[in-house]
Amino acid sequence: MLAYIGRRALLAVFTVWAISVLSFAIIQLPPGDYVTSYIAQMASSGSVVSEEEAQNLRIQYGLGQPIYMQYLKWMKLVVRGNFGESMEWRRPVSEVIGERLWLTVVVSVAALILTWVLALPIGIYSAVRQYSPGDYLATFVGFIGLAVPNFLLALVLLYFGFVLFNAHIGGLFSPELQDAPWSGARVWDLAKHLPIPALILGLAGTAQQVRIMRANLLDELRKPYVVTARAKGLSELRVILKYPVRMALNPFASTIGYTLPYIVSGSVIVSLVLGLPTVGPLLLKALIAQDMFLAGTIVLLLGVMTVIGTLLSDVLLVWIDPRIRLEET
Amino acid sequence: MATTPDLIVEPAGAPPEPGARSATESRIFVASQWQLMWWRFRKHKVALASAVVVIGFYTIVLGADFLAYADPDASEAQRSLMPPQRVHFFDGGRFAPYVHGVKGVRDPNTFRRVYRPDPSQKVPIRFFVEGFPYHFLGVFPATRHLIGVDGGGDAGKTIFLLGTDVQGRDLWSRLMYGTRISLTIGLFGVTLSLVLGVVLGGLSGFYGGVTDTVIQRTIEILRSIPTIPLWMGLAAAMPREWSILQVYFAITLIISLLGWTELARVVRGRFLAMREEDFVVSARLVGCTRTRTIFVHMVPSFMSHIIAATTLALPAMIISETALSFLGLGLRPPAISWGVLLQQAQNVQTVAISPWLMLPAVPVIVVVMAFNFLGDGLRDAADPYGH
Repeated sequence: MLAYIGRRALLAVFTVWAISVLSFAIIQLPPGDYVTSYIAQMASSGSVVSEEEAQNLRIQYGLGQPIYMQYLKWMKLVVRGNFGESMEWRRPVSEVIGERLWLTVVVSVAALILTWVLALPIGIYSAVRQYSPGDYLATFVGFIGLAVPNFLLALVLLYFGFVLFNAHIGGLFSPELQDAPWSGARVWDLAKHLPIPALILGLAGTAQQVRIMRANLLDELRKPYVVTARAKGLSELRVILKYPVRMALNPFASTIGYTLPYIVSGSVIVSLVLGLPTVGPLLLKALIAQDMFLAGTIVLLLGVMTVIGTLLSDVLLVWIDPRIRLEET
Repeated sequence: MATTPDLIVEPAGAPPEPGARSATESRIFVASQWQLMWWRFRKHKVALASAVVVIGFYTIVLGADFLAYADPDASEAQRSLMPPQRVHFFDGGRFAPYVHGVKGVRDPNTFRRVYRPDPSQKVPIRFFVEGFPYHFLGVFPATRHLIGVDGGGDAGKTIFLLGTDVQGRDLWSRLMYGTRISLTIGLFGVTLSLVLGVVLGGLSGFYGGVTDTVIQRTIEILRSIPTIPLWMGLAAAMPREWSILQVYFAITLIISLLGWTELARVVRGRFLAMREEDFVVSARLVGCTRTRTIFVHMVPSFMSHIIAATTLALPAMIISETALSFLGLGLRPPAISWGVLLQQAQNVQTVAISPWLMLPAVPVIVVVMAFNFLGDGLRDAADPYGH
């Protein structure tokens, strides 16, 4: 088991490295650098940046050095937990991102938990009561959930919230608690705002999990051991929950690895629509301004977050299903 | 989604009599693989309907200029944010569709332009009318459009089936053109992914060993990276001064670079499963070259699986383009795509006042669902010997 987890951890480290190179490369791709876009920005507001000033800025941010040197310099800082300085905000990146990263984690985890909490009972119901109206309803809603891109869903909910209740359903906090320090009231406020973004983010994943759960459980329910258990006089609830559901759970757990990147990915764009104070809107702004340290750090951190989540799900999977260890080694 | 557990695929309405049975059976024994697939696919009614929907959408791609009745770029401040006009189909019991003329007035309190239908004025809708010039299929110069009204230049005599946007451009016509771009971008993207997927998945499955390990680990890494931030980064890297065509191909490239992994997995799986099949081994034994073994014997037998996987990959491509353009990182105006059209619906206040701006979401959802059902049906049909 340790060997298996060790191998997964090694792959995770490798993935993080690949993400760091990719995120740094992306930031380097656009022609020009931060200084050119800074000059353009100043020019549009009417002021001129002198040649000398531009040169000083380039030296200050080390933009003249070869790219691999810039990457190494950045990585050196990252390893020490210092993500460099946001050129646009003129503040350390960690400070700019700050709370937003944790809110991204909170929103993503909430979406993941909601996915499970909804998919498990619905999937079991759909399989046990196959072809019942409830099953058809779940299948139908599931297909809609898979087909509607989550940002469109956010848009539609926002619209109906606005038109029907004249309420802005976006955001994670009420306006009066927006910038307040953390307190019990603020946490409660967050909890109240969380369900809608979590539902929007989790719907596609839920739809998929319901289908997986339903298919797996249907396969299991036809097996002889279920008949045996029933013949021995176990209550129906026990027959289903004790054995087949457990068996059907395995593929269910292994899909977290794919669900999590999807949720994190979606959170970026859904946050933009709903105006959530996560890293999503910040990333878009940073990319447009070519604020390379900030954008690179956000892509890196989102990647790392996903990798850690996936690793946790791998460990969970080994813990649930002992057969995996034997297969892999 | 019901898949028949038996091998016998009966043609519709065949009575299960012994005599007829043997006739059916002999028909099945001589049927080609594609025929068997078609029989099986035909039973999947939802997939069949979806296929019709998909074909319909691609007809729009071909005939966008004919189906549009207004120049998609013609803007007119006087018609800004006009709501959809109601079409009356019958005029005095006779089929003669018309719309009422529209008067635009400025609300003295809110300063917004409001439009009121003018029931005294009837604007008949004509079929096959002269309109703005275009090239049908990009080649034949034409001026005819499916529908339109006489005297389109007159401000009072207009038709806006789905209303207009902020700049007073006709939404229906823009939607037609948007369909063209959004659907072809998906098609090109999926083709590119397919090439990457078949080549890399094929290498992985055929050679195995180190090649397989490297490709599989690469796929795992790519799949564990959240795609949208990555796409955003790549898309933001496109120079602002690029032409529509350049951006179009860059976006195609970006979405397919990350989209090939699923196809590669399918191809690899098929290769692995087939490598040990009797007919492949015998092909090798009678001295077929490796290329011949792969392309003449192996590829045709899993072609159907690839087609199904491709169909299932298409909606993701379409959604990606829409999402990127929606964020302003994908296609940019003056290019028209569903995502570009939806950009106008970003602000909830605007949408609350003019909800028809959200209409481009409808084709996105319909097409994605249709492709999903179609792909499901194809996947079930792809293996006529299964179950």
